[in-house]
Amino acid sequence: MKFSDQLEQRFATMVTHYPTKRSVLVPMLLYIQDELGAVTDEAIHEIAQRTELTDLEVRNVISYYSMLRTRPVGKYNLQVCTNVSCLLRGADDIFEHCKKKLGIGNKESTPDGLFHLEEVECIGACSWAPALMMNYEFHENLTPAKIDELIDGLKKKEEQ
Amino acid sequence: MADVTLTVDGKKLTVPAGTLLIEACKSTGIEIPSFCYYPGLSLQGACRMCLVEVEKMPKLQTACTTPVAEGMVVTTESDKIKQARKAMLELVLANHPLDCPVCDAGGECELQDMTFKYGAAESKFMDLKNHRDEQQWSPVVYFDRPRCILCYRCIRVCGEGMDVWALGIQNRNVGSVIAPNKEDHLECEECGMCIDICPVGALTSGAYRYKTRPWEMKHVGTVCTHCGDGCKTTLGVRRADTGMEIVRGDNRDKSGINGDFLCIKGRYAFDFANSSDRIQQPLIKHEGKFVAATWEQALDRIASKFKQVLASDGPTAVGVIGSNRTSNEENYLLQKFARLVLGTNNIDHHRTADFPAFASALAGNANATASMRDVFDAPAILLIGNNPTDQHPLLAWQIRTNVRLHRAKLYVVNSYPIKLRRQAAAFAQIASGSEGSVAQFLGGNDAAGDAAVTPQFSREALSQLRDELKNEKDLVVIFGSELRGNDVTALVNFGLAQGAKFICLGDYANSRGAADMGLYPDMLPGYAPVASATSFHEDWVDEIPKSPGLDLLQMVDAAKEGKLKALYVVGSNPIARYNVDPFALSKAFVVVQDMFLTETASIADVVLPIANAYEKGGTFTNTCGDVQMLKKAGEFAGVRNDFECIVRIADRMGYDVHKLVPFGGGGTRADMGQSRGAQSGEADRHAVWLAEHNLEPKMSPYDPTAMLDEIQRLVPGYDISRLGLLSGHDEHTQLVQITGATGSGHPELVLPSNDTLFTSGTLGRYSPTLNSVMERYSTTAAQVAGD
Amino acid sequence: MAYLVSHPDEVKVVSKRFGMGATHLDRYLELDGYKAVQKAISMGADAIINEVKTSNLRGRGGAGFPTGLKWSFVPKQSAKPKYVLCNGDESEPGTCKDRLIFEHDPHAVIEGVMIAALAVGAKSGYIYLRGEYRYLLEIMEKAVADAYARGFIGKNIFGSGVDLDIFTHSGAGAYEVGEESALMESLEGKRGIPRIRPPFPAVVGLWGGPTVINNAETLASVPHIILGGGEWFANLGTPRNGGTRLFCMSGELERPGVYELPMGYNLKKMIYDVSGGMTKGKNLKGVVPGGSSVQILTPDEIDVAMDFDSMMKAGSMLGSGGVIVLDDQMCIVRFALRVTKFYQHESCGWCIPCREGTDWMKKTLTRFHAGGGVAKDIDNLKYLAENMLGRTFCPLGDAAAMPVISYIQKFRKEFEDHLDGKPCPYEKAAEAALVS
Ligand SMILES: Cc1cc2nc3c(=O)[nH]c(=O)nc-3n(C[C@H](O)[C@H](O)[C@H](O)COP(=O)(O)O)c2cc1C
Ligand code: SF4
Ligand code: SF4
Ligand code: SF4
Ligand code: SF4
Ligand code: FES
Ligand code: FES
Repeated sequence: MKFSDQLEQRFATMVTHYPTKRSVLVPMLLYIQDELGAVTDEAIHEIAQRTELTDLEVRNVISYYSMLRTRPVGKYNLQVCTNVSCLLRGADDIFEHCKKKLGIGNKESTPDGLFHLEEVECIGACSWAPALMMNYEFHENLTPAKIDELIDGLKKKEEQ
Repeated sequence: MADVTLTVDGKKLTVPAGTLLIEACKSTGIEIPSFCYYPGLSLQGACRMCLVEVEKMPKLQTACTTPVAEGMVVTTESDKIKQARKAMLELVLANHPLDCPVCDAGGECELQDMTFKYGAAESKFMDLKNHRDEQQWSPVVYFDRPRCILCYRCIRVCGEGMDVWALGIQNRNVGSVIAPNKEDHLECEECGMCIDICPVGALTSGAYRYKTRPWEMKHVGTVCTHCGDGCKTTLGVRRADTGMEIVRGDNRDKSGINGDFLCIKGRYAFDFANSSDRIQQPLIKHEGKFVAATWEQALDRIASKFKQVLASDGPTAVGVIGSNRTSNEENYLLQKFARLVLGTNNIDHHRTADFPAFASALAGNANATASMRDVFDAPAILLIGNNPTDQHPLLAWQIRTNVRLHRAKLYVVNSYPIKLRRQAAAFAQIASGSEGSVAQFLGGNDAAGDAAVTPQFSREALSQLRDELKNEKDLVVIFGSELRGNDVTALVNFGLAQGAKFICLGDYANSRGAADMGLYPDMLPGYAPVASATSFHEDWVDEIPKSPGLDLLQMVDAAKEGKLKALYVVGSNPIARYNVDPFALSKAFVVVQDMFLTETASIADVVLPIANAYEKGGTFTNTCGDVQMLKKAGEFAGVRNDFECIVRIADRMGYDVHKLVPFGGGGTRADMGQSRGAQSGEADRHAVWLAEHNLEPKMSPYDPTAMLDEIQRLVPGYDISRLGLLSGHDEHTQLVQITGATGSGHPELVLPSNDTLFTSGTLGRYSPTLNSVMERYSTTAAQVAGD
Repeated sequence: MAYLVSHPDEVKVVSKRFGMGATHLDRYLELDGYKAVQKAISMGADAIINEVKTSNLRGRGGAGFPTGLKWSFVPKQSAKPKYVLCNGDESEPGTCKDRLIFEHDPHAVIEGVMIAALAVGAKSGYIYLRGEYRYLLEIMEKAVADAYARGFIGKNIFGSGVDLDIFTHSGAGAYEVGEESALMESLEGKRGIPRIRPPFPAVVGLWGGPTVINNAETLASVPHIILGGGEWFANLGTPRNGGTRLFCMSGELERPGVYELPMGYNLKKMIYDVSGGMTKGKNLKGVVPGGSSVQILTPDEIDVAMDFDSMMKAGSMLGSGGVIVLDDQMCIVRFALRVTKFYQHESCGWCIPCREGTDWMKKTLTRFHAGGGVAKDIDNLKYLAENMLGRTFCPLGDAAAMPVISYIQKFRKEFEDHLDGKPCPYEKAAEAALVS
């Protein structure tokens, strides 16, 4: 299996950074997922070969990290923090609002494959709570209105 | 290493530095509870059961990860510790199904035992437990997630121990779960080590699940009947319609040479014994069809036919083929029967290694053979040929474990990239089939080395290998059946020069015993040439024929030509193994003793239903020369053992069985103390030997230990400790020939079994477990091929 | 992104370059960039360690271990290469300070790693960022590339004859990986399961080599110490607690945000002065002063100095610098449940007490908060937590147990108010139930 040129390049550089091949595993898996939407079976096999591990061992690692997944989810992944600092500032309401707005529950994707919603642990935005992360993008000091704006904006972008 | 003195529960003790606290405690009889700690496997510190108080440490410490230190003061029992252990159990039990009444491990469960001991039975937990259905991972392995306490023993034994790495752990937190390598199933060596090591009933075996409760079984420690390594196995038996059924194999008793180890065959392939294909009655062929007969009818028919052939065509017209899976006593008896009762040297067996060449190469050097135990701690090992992972699973385990725990230096020379190269410090992949040339090269024949060279493996590398090997002290040299005749001599000479010890690899449970006991047309027990003067000649009452007999293939040819008129096959399937045309034997009168209607049994005139090695006593000699006792575990209605059959045939032929088996306490010439053997008038050597060894005369001609007495007395190297044998220990024999003979082993007759992990000659075909595993793997292979 | 706040009481050391464009190397150089490392080269290893010892710098990752002392544990001679590892896994709930450092002053982290490497004789440094911090990874990658381009890192740095490489590395979502030994496992491409100690990382760490692991803020403080002197830094704080610290103020405050205050600053002032006090209409119920792992303080316990030793005395811990302020509309059981749910989710699952204990506590609290509690649940919870405490394989188990014990001790009445099928008195809508 060949990755995109960019990913191949990344891999080629990264393996030179560590004394063992498998050390590239965690970030590489994340980059692969960014490109493919998930760490697919094929990708698992490929990376296992390259790092001289069994497929099993790669799966062991994937399943440990909460950001990694083996099945793709909606294109825009809304990860709403409900941990304490956010909780204190109404994260539950924010999360409920997202559910209603998208018509989906926790860890579900919209039927059109556009959105995925997930409750997550602290994302390091506690002083700007409540917060969510959308595909690595931080959205902070959330209000229901801001959520609407975000989601509607994305929808509009997709329609074009 | 230096010693360290510490105090445990007020007791002072001194142990080597580096010892783990848990082991130090064990050495003074203090058992620290543990789940995740397992000697010989990597440390985990995961179960937190082994917490103890160490002075000056504010927190409780895990005894399994703490090395002893000078002056350390340790408390292993206190209220605080008791409470910690109790709480730990309460925590494991929170998500544990507590289905002990239907759990396979019930009664043998470390969690049950511990709960009983620390009293965490009353549950504070009132919420729903996490549940997941049981899964079948392979024909052999089942997994019940809720029972798993995540001690990671299975993962480690499969990875570190077996070098298979088929088990992993996935997810995290309470969702952590042991996972098989193929997502929903396993593809592995099916050794069952993971099952055996599981402290609870989370991993169970397809072979044993829900069959019985541990306390309903009787446990018998005996020896595995498959490959030539001689693992000790504990068989669990219980009453059944057919007698005593074997329901389980394991190695509960870790005292064997195999320690923790058993492969799939030792652990599960006992099931051939319960096969419905077993013959339960003697069969006599009548107009091309087998008809059930009584034992009397069958034995009469055999005896009269043998007598008739002897009378009409003489002893050269009869032949005997012995077995690699019958006991030493039976093999010894069989060749004695052939030579004395039938008066012929036409006796052979399926040879899987050139033991005669090995014996003669050793040229009487004592202490030059290595035992299976030596492989576990030898500082350096040279392995030429063979693929122990498949053909000698225990040997492979010993090598791996030695490399892992003692950093032994392993040299592998093979034409294939065998799996043990992964443990090798040096792996020489030589040209195809050039193992013999390498042996010659090592032995000093420089020119022979050329044949081993490949583009990847240079002449220089070969020379370097030899130089390095020459510097290895206490080297153990192990070689496969690729080496025969002169190649063995060359290798042995090379090694002897530096004090190495050797192992010659033969394939079946008692291949070495068959060879040692003289199942050869030209050699008596102890590889003594038939014609040379030996103690057997002095000892046996009747004359031993002097000229070598026919070997196995010659016997077949003779039968084809109509010269060999009767053939007695004991526990062997030459038709299948040597690919013999069944019609070749059609003119001869063929008697077969077997469990099953094998290819050979099917063409026989009389078939006697026979007990297998799990159903009788006796001894086996493994490929290293380690002798162990067989103990009767199973019982199968209608069958008899080979020993009894041979004696009874002799008896029916009118032969005085006292001359065959040294039994009886009076009334025999032998026991009169003056007329035994050719030198009548001398003292009865057997009686003298028995007295010297504090042994009683045996009372029955069917008692194989009577034969063992004679073997120990007459076969060189077999004068081993009887006490050791009886206590279940393995006793290493010396391989010393009676006279410095030529070792004309006919190397061309050596035919390795080429068994894999999942086959075991003819026997393996009758094991449902092996069959189901083979089927699984052939279908998965087909699927892959079809992709 | 995250906006910056300021307050007159702040003493800006680590945050000195925040908002000043220091991500650009030239700008960083204008702001004294890479001077410290050059000075460190001239000082030599022993002097660096002594300076850091003098500064009374203590680890900002949570445990507060004296940094200079930690560095001095690294053996001078080692057959295996030595390493420096910057811990940027920042995942402790309530903590969002390292993020600002990476965002605003990436070169300071690089410089800190370099000085640590010089101090212990390491030739490579790794900067590990939690997977969620992708935009920060990009900033750090660029900073590293820029530094390489100028020859600040790589071969023969600043003509010293020393070769030094620095690499960035991304995690993929796991709090436990912030624990130093699990961090090393993760960097080596494994599951984030902690290692058995001893041996400690300073002796046997990454790939078996001696390794110094420090929090990003700890390392970012080092260049300032080298330039300003250990004594100057020490004097900013209280005895044995040198310097300043980034405090992450969160909860229903008028001006939440990350403030850099001297060690030993008063907690009450932090809330009422620096952060502008409670949001209108809300009252203070308690403070979790050092990230979610530490014991809660009641309003009458908060007139204390925020340094490691004083907080210990006050029955809590300074921890990660995340000051979480609870208002009176937050149910303590609800809070306990959310905290426990976090630890249950993040437990690596390795050891029995943490894996099973957090799950058991979560189940109990879930039922309890939903009105299904019985009286003995409260004692059971405490019993559970007490039996996890000090017995787990790594400190995460303690982190899960300690807060719960403190909630029960200090707010038992509130727990009891949930008994007998009573709905949570704080929950506005009962149906805003748990999402699990
Ligand atoms: C469960 C757990 C999570 C941790 N997470 C972090 C973290 O995210 N960042 C961090 O710097 N230290 C974290 N630590 C502390 C580290 O183990 C380690 O003590 C620290 O990185 C050392 O750096 P310091 O001495 O500079 O504080 C964590 C510890 C534990 C037990
Ligand atoms: S049966 Fe043997 S090879 Fe298979 S998973 Fe278990 S231990 Fe590993
Ligand atoms: S399956 Fe058994 S051996 Fe494996 S981790 Fe679970 S309890 Fe331990
Ligand atoms: S290694 Fe050989 S002796 Fe041991 S269990 Fe397997 S087949 Fe039997
Ligand atoms: S306490 Fe145990 S289960 Fe929890 S995170 Fe640490 S090692 Fe893992
Ligand atoms: S608690 Fe939500 S970002 Fe930290
Ligand atoms: S036996 Fe020591 S922690 Fe498991």
